[in-house]
Amino acid sequence: MIASASREFQAGALALAPLLIGVAPFGMIYGALALSQGLSPAAALAMSSILFAGSAQFLFCQLLGAGAPATVTVAEVGLLNLRHALYSAALAPRVAHLPRRWKLALAYLLTDEAYAVIARRETAHDTGPHRHWFYLGAGLALWGGWQLSTAGGVLLGARLPADWPLDFALPLTFIAIVVPLIRNRTMLAVAAVSGIVALLAAGLPFKLGLLVAALAGMAVGWRLAGGVR
Amino acid sequence: MSVWLTMALCGVATFIIRLSFIAAEGKVAFPPGFRRVLPFIPVATLTALVIPELLMPRGVLWLAWDNARLMAGVAAIAIAATTRSVLWTLVGGFVVLGVWPS
Repeated sequence: MIASASREFQAGALALAPLLIGVAPFGMIYGALALSQGLSPAAALAMSSILFAGSAQFLFCQLLGAGAPATVTVAEVGLLNLRHALYSAALAPRVAHLPRRWKLALAYLLTDEAYAVIARRETAHDTGPHRHWFYLGAGLALWGGWQLSTAGGVLLGARLPADWPLDFALPLTFIAIVVPLIRNRTMLAVAAVSGIVALLAAGLPFKLGLLVAALAGMAVGWRLAGGVR
Repeated sequence: MSVWLTMALCGVATFIIRLSFIAAEGKVAFPPGFRRVLPFIPVATLTALVIPELLMPRGVLWLAWDNARLMAGVAAIAIAATTRSVLWTLVGGFVVLGVWPS
């Protein structure tokens, strides 16, 4: 039986829904953080549409608060979001037949969470002619949840209790994404090098240690996987 | 440079990264060395972000039992490895953070 476009859309949105439990506190704390670092409510809300990348929005606010130059901010946000190239490469063959407007829309909606849902969909269920509606459903569900939760954070702002460690949702979400990816020694080496370099370089200004550590980890992985061969 | 311009540049960079392979499929051949680094990007960037949050929650290395964030992070890693569930990792991490004496 061929799943209809609306069925596919619903299935995508439903598959993403559980992840919103992690996204909601994350969005709220972003909204509050953005205001505390000097962004206007309008800019804080607009960033959720313009960037639509939680961790990068956090980083942007932290760098804004630290007075980092724009070039540093763009470079670090770009590096942090470089992982989306991997998701783009994974999705590319599945959307190659679609019209350009679909490719643009699905690229815009491509996030860690949407990719996780799409990647986990069993191949047997991902062959229908309307499967792009599944991707759209997952992407839009996250987009809506993200906009709502960041708006909640902007509205509540400073009224969120300061002793609630909501910011911890960020590392916890990333632990949940990264740990299942560490399936072999090469990945373990990449993680070890990134983590150690991140600690050693933590003293660098404007969180540049993040950039150095991520590049060191990538270089180790690239070398262990065969380098320029 | 204004905050809005910086934000716009970050947005454009992010969108181009997300569109890269989707737009280039069948048109541009990326060098194999570039493709080889792709699988390592999420682990490299996200680990670099997470580890200081656990081991340096106050800006200096804090390797001790009363570092609740470290303990919650270790618990979250164990939960993520066994359940592979974002939800349970978040719940478990927050529970340990909440109950750990510090």
